[in-house]
This record gives sequence, structure tokens and C-alpha cells, in this order.
Amino acid sequence: MTEEDSISLRDAPTRQMNMIEAINDALDIMMARDPDIVILGEDVGYFGGVFRATAGLQKKYGRNRVFDSPINECGIVGAAVGMAAYGLRPVPEIQFADYIYPGLDQLVSEAARMRYRSAGEFTSPITIRSPFGGGIFGGQTHSQSPEALFTHVAGLKTVIPATPHDAKGLLIAAIEDNDPVIFFEPKRIYNGPFDGYYDKPSRTWKGHAGGVVPEGYYKTPLGKARIVCEGSALTVLAYGTMIHVAEAVLAEKGVDAEIIDLRTLVPLDMATVEKSVEKTGKCLVIHEATRTSGFGAELVTLVQERCFYHLEAPVERVTGFDTPYPHSLEWAYFPGPVRIGEAVDRLLKD
Amino acid sequence: MAENTARTRGNLPPLELYVPEPRYRPGDVVDYSHLPVPPAGQLGRPDENCPASETWPMTTDMIRVLDEDDRAVGPWNPGLDAETLRRMLRTMALTRAFDDRMYRGQRQGKTSFYMKCTGEEAISVAHAHALAHDDMVFPTYRQQGVLISRGYPLVEMVNQIYSNRADKLKGRQLPVMYSARDFGFFTISGNLATQFPQAVGWAMASAIKGDTRIASAFVGEGSSAEGDFHAAMTFAAVYNAPVVLNVVNNQWAISSFSGFAGAERTTFAARAAGYGIAGLRVDGNDALAVYAASQWAADRARANQGPTLIEHFTYRAEGHSTSDDPSAYRSAQEREEWPLGDPIMRLKKHLIVLGEWSEEQQEAMDRELVEQVKVATKEAEKNGVLGHGLHHPFHTMFEDVFEELPWHLEEQAAQAIRERETKWPEWKGEGHD
Repeated sequence: MTEEDSISLRDAPTRQMNMIEAINDALDIMMARDPDIVILGEDVGYFGGVFRATAGLQKKYGRNRVFDSPINECGIVGAAVGMAAYGLRPVPEIQFADYIYPGLDQLVSEAARMRYRSAGEFTSPITIRSPFGGGIFGGQTHSQSPEALFTHVAGLKTVIPATPHDAKGLLIAAIEDNDPVIFFEPKRIYNGPFDGYYDKPSRTWKGHAGGVVPEGYYKTPLGKARIVCEGSALTVLAYGTMIHVAEAVLAEKGVDAEIIDLRTLVPLDMATVEKSVEKTGKCLVIHEATRTSGFGAELVTLVQERCFYHLEAPVERVTGFDTPYPHSLEWAYFPGPVRIGEAVDRLLKD
Repeated sequence: MAENTARTRGNLPPLELYVPEPRYRPGDVVDYSHLPVPPAGQLGRPDENCPASETWPMTTDMIRVLDEDDRAVGPWNPGLDAETLRRMLRTMALTRAFDDRMYRGQRQGKTSFYMKCTGEEAISVAHAHALAHDDMVFPTYRQQGVLISRGYPLVEMVNQIYSNRADKLKGRQLPVMYSARDFGFFTISGNLATQFPQAVGWAMASAIKGDTRIASAFVGEGSSAEGDFHAAMTFAAVYNAPVVLNVVNNQWAISSFSGFAGAERTTFAARAAGYGIAGLRVDGNDALAVYAASQWAADRARANQGPTLIEHFTYRAEGHSTSDDPSAYRSAQEREEWPLGDPIMRLKKHLIVLGEWSEEQQEAMDRELVEQVKVATKEAEKNGVLGHGLHHPFHTMFEDVFEELPWHLEEQAAQAIRERETKWPEWKGEGHD
């Protein structure tokens, strides 16, 4: 964030928002600022999206700029690539991250490499929004966390907010970015932070610092992690829903942990990670996605490569299991307080 | 219990899988009597603003303008002046001369790969002449005629094919995968049919902005089987996009004949009817018919009457690419006997019949074009040929992945430059990395 941004932010009035409202606000602000921004996707127009993220935008900006699409992710992404080649800045919505696969070739082979293959003649400034992750009883077709797939692709940026404040700031930055960005929205925390205790009443964003959202335009830069809380006993690397679960578990255990919300997986803020691990000497990586070849594997390797001589224990990772997300056993799959707690105990035992 | 054990039931016949097989294989005598070639001038030309359904009878027939006596006949005759006809003939001949030279260049080891469009020159050239110069074309790898029609410098094409230090694409793309934004030529992808929904998206964007430019996309008949083709057709129909969607049916997708894309059941143009858009099937070796159909579709798109699917019925006279040997899978006679003839010869004879051209002029022009290509090739060779060191600096490998170089790519670029000192200690680098 530039000096100027932080000054304007400090003076800006704030409003209590949940994550959907923050996303809607970001889209609204950006559509008003830039007439080249268009939104397309299944049910995003008149209805405003199944999660209501685009509510009211068609009425405000017209059907030329916010419109429903056929149920065809290949067409949604492919048309967005063509629109971007024309000079627009499309912000397509994929209704659930689980449905992104028919559009994968257009993302991986086309959008991601457009700038490279044409040596800059054509670019793909597209921001693809998609709700991801589990914890809402979505079964194996509405719960996946496919972020690692996208981080493996040269030319794509992958962004995941953990608070309404960041959702707005990061989405604005993503839309202004001239590269294709996958913006995964952790749908479990759309309405409130989730501490991993499924049998306790849900909380709302009210009263949470991350739910206090400045009015108007501001950017949360891509490639810059957020230190959620400072600590010295261990470093926790996480993003999205898992930030809140980690916070709850570590607070409960009374561990003086430094929790880092990565915010963007590509580009990754490795400098902040290194600085923290060098200080704490211990590192725990948490994500909800399946374990094998997950983004955690990349994080553990980077920490091992770059911070080895500062480490006092093997780097641990807590993840979902290598199975699809089972509907009836959702809470057995979810990497919740028990799994995280065991890993913390292992890390801190000496 | 094994699921793949056949279960017979009563007197029901066993089910049979049908696997298409082309009519002729190497050594076979070819007989094209099954292939209807309707007389030129027979089909009516509906108004460009007509309901899509009026065109559907034309999707199973074939629009032809040049008749057996090399005259232009019927309502689809675009009535082009002699100068335009000569310009189209010249561009088609230049495309062929360019292909021949580049084919030899590949055989001489100056590049890794080349793809000729022999027999299909009318499609790209006549189509390009029917569009406005700033309409965006989303090509596949056999529309070099579009670039040449629009006056793109041949030397830039050769630089790209040789992946040399002057290649505008920095040696990243396979030869023939050009990109020329200023010439309305979209960057070519190796993933087939991906450009189809992109062209529709570009056309939608043009409509969103109230522009007057349209998009035109090409795909081979083989890759019309890709999901992207159907995504594009759906989007084009739903949003009435100002786009021309071209299927070049050249009968062969490497060694797979058109039957593997469904050609035995219906024509490719007939797919328009299922989506409710206009469709035309045209003799792709008849430059005037291609021009007329393209112009009709472009006018229709520009008048907000929506998309048109055009099937250009033609024959891929050469192999798929320099890596392909068509004699291994098809009869050599197919090309010789192809009933729609050679597009360049047909247009040449038409101009001669009009009294606007002669065999002598053709020969002189061909000699001139060979020389023109030779000069461009020599000029490009000064910038290097593939594998001879005159390529882009190392650091460019890491550029354009993102707008700005992130830390991990900076680190990897430094690694590549370090490795170079071990791998190629004699490297001069011309003063830069």
C-alpha cells in the first residue's frame, strides 16, 4: 500500500460489511470508475448471483455490462479472453470453483499465456471470481479447493481473501491488474469468520476488525502478505477460512504464534514468510485442499530451501484428506481444531 | 462379476460399434462420383437480413460461382472488377510461392516445422478481401493468406518461422503461429478451436462498445469436434454476436478423415441450424464463391443480424505439416482427382476468359513472386535461422509471463544466465543477456 493510499484510508469513513457485501462494493466501485469492466456468468445478471455478489449491478450498469451466460464455463472464460483481447476488463464469475474445469483449457493454455505467446501484443486482464472451499454441506461437487492447480500455471495469479476488508481491497487490485487473476472466495466465511467448531453457533463479521471496511476506493496490493498476529513460538502460514480456524485454535492453546495470511499465492510474499520463520524457528502450513501436491507442499519446500538453518523442528502441514469432500462426513474431512492442535503439539514438544 | 461380458437377451441382435473408415487408402483408385458437385450459379442469394432459417437449405448444398467454362454465374457472383480479381490472384499465388520456399527452408534445416495451405489459398485470401481491414481475424495455422492479403511484411513472417533475433514473438511460438494485432490477426494457439469462443467474445465486446468492427474465426473440420466449437456456437447464437465462424473442411485432420468429426452424418454448415444461426456451405476452391459468402456474412453481422457459420469445402493438397507423410494414409490420387480443382488455376482461367489476363502474364507474375519471397527470405536470414545462435537474449525467456517480473522469475533468470557460462562458454551474447 502506498503512503497516499494509507492516508486516504485513514480518513475514509468505514462501514460494517460481510464478505459478499465487500465484494459487491468492490465491483460497484470499479464498474463506476472503468466503463470497460463487464461481468458475465451464470445467474449474475437480474438475479445477482446465487451468493448475491453481483446483486443490483445489472440494474445500475445495464445489461450490456452485467449479463447472464449459458451454462458453459469454456464459453464464459473463452469469451472473456476474447473480450480482453478487444480491450475490455471482464470479471467473469464461475458459480462454484468445482465447475471451473470445463473452462480450464481457456485459462491455462490461453489466458495465462496470451501475453507470453504474443510477446505482449495481446493480454488477458481478466479477474475470475469463484466461491471455493467447503464447510457448507456442499458435497463433493460444491466444496473443492483447486487453488494449487492454478498456482502451477505460469502466467496466472491466485488470490484468496480472508476478511471483508481484504476481499474488497484485493478484488480492486485484481481487477486493476493487467494479468489474469483467479480470485477464490472462501464461501464458508462469506457471512462470518469460522473458528472450526461446527457445532457452535456461527459468528458474523460484526465486531471483527476485518469486517470494518472503508468506504470508497482502496487497494490491497497483490503479493503482500498480512501478519494477522505477531508471535515468537511458531509461524503459521494459511489463507482464507483457515486463517480464522488457526487463530481460534492457537488462542485457545495459548500459543504465542505468528499467523501469516498469505492473501496471494502467486505472487507469493516470501520475504514476509522468511522473516517470520527466521524469528520463530518453527513453521506450520495449513490449507483445506487435499494434501498431495497441494500448495502446502510448495510452501514447506520454500521454507526448507530458504530457512533451513533457522528451523528448530520439521515443518508441519495440516490439510484436507486426499479424498473428495464427503457430504455426510464433511466435519471428518475438514482440517479443524483437532488436526491443527496435534500438529502444533508436535511442533512445540521440545 | 466382470461387467464387460456380453449379455445376450432373447432374439436381440448383438450391438455393433461403428468406426468410420475413409473411402480410399494408399494404392486405392479414387472415385468421386459419390460427392455431389452442384452446377455453379444454381443457388439463390437470400437477403443479408433474412431470417436464419432461409439459409439452411444452403447448408447442405454448395454455393458455387465459377462454372465449368470459367465464367462467373448466378446470384452469388460478387461482380468484382478485374483489378480486384487480379489482386486476389496475385495474393493467392504469393501465398503459394511463400509456402513453397518455407517448405524448402524447413527441409534445409532453417526451421523446425512448417505448414502449407496448398489448395486452400482462396479461402483465406478471398475471405480477407471481403472483410474490412480492421476486422479481427482469429485464425488457425492455415490462414497465412489473411496476413499476406493485409500486407503484413513477408520478412516478419520469415523472422517468426526462423525464431531468430528479429522474431517479434521472441522465439517463443512454433513456426507459423504468428500474431499481428495491428493487422487484425489474432495470436495463433496450438490448442485447437480455443480461438472460436474468443472470437465470439471479441465480437461481443465490439457490440458492447457500439463499435462497427466484426470478428471472424477459423477452425478446421476436425477440431469442430472440440467442446470450444460448441461453446462458441452457443454464445454466438445467444448474444447474436457480430461474428463469422468459418469451418475449413479440407477433408483431413492429420491422418483422420472428416468422418471422425461427424461428416458422414451431415455437413459442417448444417450445424448452424441446430443453433438457429445462418449457415452457408461454399466451394472453397472457388475464390468468387468464398468472397461472396464471406461478404454476405460480414454484411449480415455488421447489420446486427448476428453470426453466420460458413463451411468452406476444400481439400488439403499437401501433408498436415512438414512432420506428416500423407502417402502413409491416403490415396495419392485423391489430390489429382479432386473434383473442385485448384483455386489458383480456376481464378487464373476466369481472368483469362474475361480477357483480363494471360498465361504469359501468369508466368511472369509467378517468376516475380518467387523473387519477392527470395528477397524477403535472404533479408530474414541476416537475423539468423533456428538453432544458429542469433536468437533473443536469455532474459526474454522470463519476460511477459507477467506484466512485471516477480522475485521467483528474477531468481530463475539469474540461474539461466549462470548456466549459460558453463554450457556455452564461447557465448558472446552481443553485449546483453
